Amino acid sequence: MRRFDLSLPVWALAALTLALLMGLPLGWMVTLSVSGEHGVTAQHYVNAFRDLHLRRALWHTLVMAFWVGVVSVTIGAPLAWLTARTDLPGRRLVRALVMASFVTPPFLGAVAWVMLAGPNAGALNKLWRALTGSDAAMVNIFTMTGLVFVVAMYTFPYVYVMIGNTLELIASDVEEAAAMLGAGRFTVARTVTLPLVAPAVLSGFIVSVLQALALFGSPAILALPAGFHTLTTQVWGMFHYPPRVETAAAVAMPLLVATALLLMLQRRLLGRRGYGAVGGKGGARRRIALGAWRYPALLFSLLVIVCAVVLPYGILAKAAFSRAWAQPLTWDNLTLRHWTFTFFEYSATQSAIVNTLELGVLTASVGAALAALLAYIARRRAIVGHQLVGFLALAPIAIPGVVLAVALFIAYTRPPLILYGTLWILFVAYVTKEMPVGYAQSDATFRAIPAELEEAGRILGAGRLRVLGEITAPLARSGVIAAWCFIFIGVIRELSASIILFTPDTKVMSVVIFDLKEEGQFGAIAVLGLFMIGMTFAVVLTMERVLGRDFMGGRE
Amino acid sequence: MTRSMAIVLLAIMVAATPAAAQDVAAARKEGKVVWYTSLALTTAEKVAKLFEAKYPGIKAEVHRTGSQRILQRVMQELSASIKNVDVIHTSDAGHYVLLKDKKLLLKYTPAGAERLAAGFKDKDGYYYGLRATVNVIAYNTRVVPAAEAPKTWKDLLAAKWKGKLVTAHPGYSGVIATHVLALSNLLGWDYFKTLGQQSVMIVQSAVDPAGVVASGERPVAVDGGDYTFYQSKKAGNPVEIVYPKDGVPLVVSPTAIAAFSSRPNAAKLFTDFTFSKEIQQVLADTEGLYTGHPEVTYPADKPKLGDLKLLTVDPEELEKRSEEIKRRFVEFFGA
Repeated sequence: MRRFDLSLPVWALAALTLALLMGLPLGWMVTLSVSGEHGVTAQHYVNAFRDLHLRRALWHTLVMAFWVGVVSVTIGAPLAWLTARTDLPGRRLVRALVMASFVTPPFLGAVAWVMLAGPNAGALNKLWRALTGSDAAMVNIFTMTGLVFVVAMYTFPYVYVMIGNTLELIASDVEEAAAMLGAGRFTVARTVTLPLVAPAVLSGFIVSVLQALALFGSPAILALPAGFHTLTTQVWGMFHYPPRVETAAAVAMPLLVATALLLMLQRRLLGRRGYGAVGGKGGARRRIALGAWRYPALLFSLLVIVCAVVLPYGILAKAAFSRAWAQPLTWDNLTLRHWTFTFFEYSATQSAIVNTLELGVLTASVGAALAALLAYIARRRAIVGHQLVGFLALAPIAIPGVVLAVALFIAYTRPPLILYGTLWILFVAYVTKEMPVGYAQSDATFRAIPAELEEAGRILGAGRLRVLGEITAPLARSGVIAAWCFIFIGVIRELSASIILFTPDTKVMSVVIFDLKEEGQFGAIAVLGLFMIGMTFAVVLTMERVLGRDFMGGRE
Repeated sequence: MTRSMAIVLLAIMVAATPAAAQDVAAARKEGKVVWYTSLALTTAEKVAKLFEAKYPGIKAEVHRTGSQRILQRVMQELSASIKNVDVIHTSDAGHYVLLKDKKLLLKYTPAGAERLAAGFKDKDGYYYGLRATVNVIAYNTRVVPAAEAPKTWKDLLAAKWKGKLVTAHPGYSGVIATHVLALSNLLGWDYFKTLGQQSVMIVQSAVDPAGVVASGERPVAVDGGDYTFYQSKKAGNPVEIVYPKDGVPLVVSPTAIAAFSSRPNAAKLFTDFTFSKEIQQVLADTEGLYTGHPEVTYPADKPKLGDLKLLTVDPEELEKRSEEIKRRFVEFFGA
């Protein structure tokens, strides 16, 4: 008699969880966006798009996202190539600092850049005036250009990681063949390497655009003072009293559609061609000698790192220890007041740290496990409809955080499940939002584990679950830990969904920092921000020690 | 002292404060009071700590954000049947008209509230003014010489201030919502329309312009509570305050207890505490706020409320026109 396969309920449960996670909020959102007092209506859409301010916000969003994509690729692609394939001096340091930028929450970067490049009080502009005697500012961060710059500084690492990992997979024999046929270093890069990484460049561009579309904190900090909105800040504004949740749902739709279209475009462009040369692990890779270009290349790398990491952290450190952040750091100006205030007097701090850590660890653990299960189901075709699993798991990438928050708020403030007011609604939001990252990472992991090993175990009589536990899991360990890190970082820096879903008892650190920003408490922001980064680094470095390599996928 | 005398004394003491003692016990049983407040963060935390020191065993939980965010929180939570807040304190008197209409406020007269100045009391007895401030102009003395500083609201419309001004937002701050209504009543919407063309930097909290002016990011603030600039000046920043002669919008910030509060005794105890002379004097001394308390004295370097031309707004009007105020502001300033 055939034994009942115990693994089936596990697969089914995982798939069902996913369907529920995605289906319930999106269903409610679509429903609410078309429901009026008397049945179905398009009124919310009409209201939303007849509004001049909303149309402007839509335009600003598109402009910002497009340029963020362009700048991120312009910075991220060369940097990835330089550190992965050339003899750039200090490339390990550059790589480590790109990771620091990756871990930095964009809103924290935005706050730091307010202090650096505010047109009058910004440190860089003060320096510029002192040096040149000029009256005018060198840079004004409260502009569209400033916004694009700051957002790109914390988005380019996505491009960097994607291209870097692709470069790792291209064997250098193809490049060497070209070199032997007489092509110069840069001809090789242009005619051989570039076409091979083109898909990764395009994916990097699209992912950057998606990140920018969904961003809330940076526009709120840099665009609002300059008197312009993006769609995310508009959606957030609709939750102000009296709330217009239905309109918010309607306004969120274009964000959803734009994201979905971009993803389809990516699929079409990449699906057409085969890239046989990428995908295997080739032999040894030789580094390209940059020659005379070594130092200009180093200068470029350092410039990026200085803008993304060194300057922002420098000014945050200064603000954390000075009475007035805009004044020189003299003895008179030194203080520990912000530290004592933040940790001992400001009552929101401690619970926010606990909440953030709890949510980070819980989401990363559950998310990484669920993602691994789902990726396994899809890879090994464990259940009927496994194709759908992959699609659903990646689908949240099409849902910006604010939109997700609107949907979750609608879904979980009414029966059957009232989660609003508890940490669980944030947990659900984070698991959903981070699922694509975890899934993509896990999928890559299982792709590398041959099915034959599992089949051998099965032939020897082990059940599916036992094979999974004793053969697959140990092999997948490092991949799952990497997924854990990605999700953890994602949760720590999450603001766009949290800002709508928090209640006073469930504040997380990002929300507290945003609160402080609205009151202009730069000292406390700096303290909390530095603490937050320190905490993230501590966790990530611990995990990397366990993992034996850096979580972005490098093997050096 | 004989034993019987001691008993009599004790009896007198107990008889003198029977209700209070009982209330404290009941409040202690409730364990904490949750305070949604728009009082500047450091001040709010200070008041809470003082309360906790006076009544050990009762925690005062501070949730500080802008007035409009507080109303949003209260209503958003209520829509999901979450009853978290006990005491609501914002700077938008219109909120209390709205909350009273929706029967969300508990009718409660804090101890000694009958002695508060007129303008600090709701006629129906649901809410009372905890503190007051006036909106002013302020400037950075390192950038702007006193002689060139703006003296009246309309001075801010001069071309030389383009790109040099900062405003807080009525969609966040009740102090600013009140300010916008008061000044639009005095000068008409044209004033704000013209001001909106001055490339004004927009921040959220009415506390923030003081920081922006002190840092020099923008040398002149077109609004903001005078106490925030006063504190900044006291801290040694190069900030000077201008009380325009054409009038300063008075903002009285009410406080009330939520009708659905699950800790009514703690809420009452806390409310009484905030109206005590001790706390009202703290607000005046360390924060530079005005109060309605008759015995509170003010720092010598602050003008007396009576010496200023005050522009007052009717809470009912503020509530009725709240949407219009925010809409117009966004229309004129862009965000």
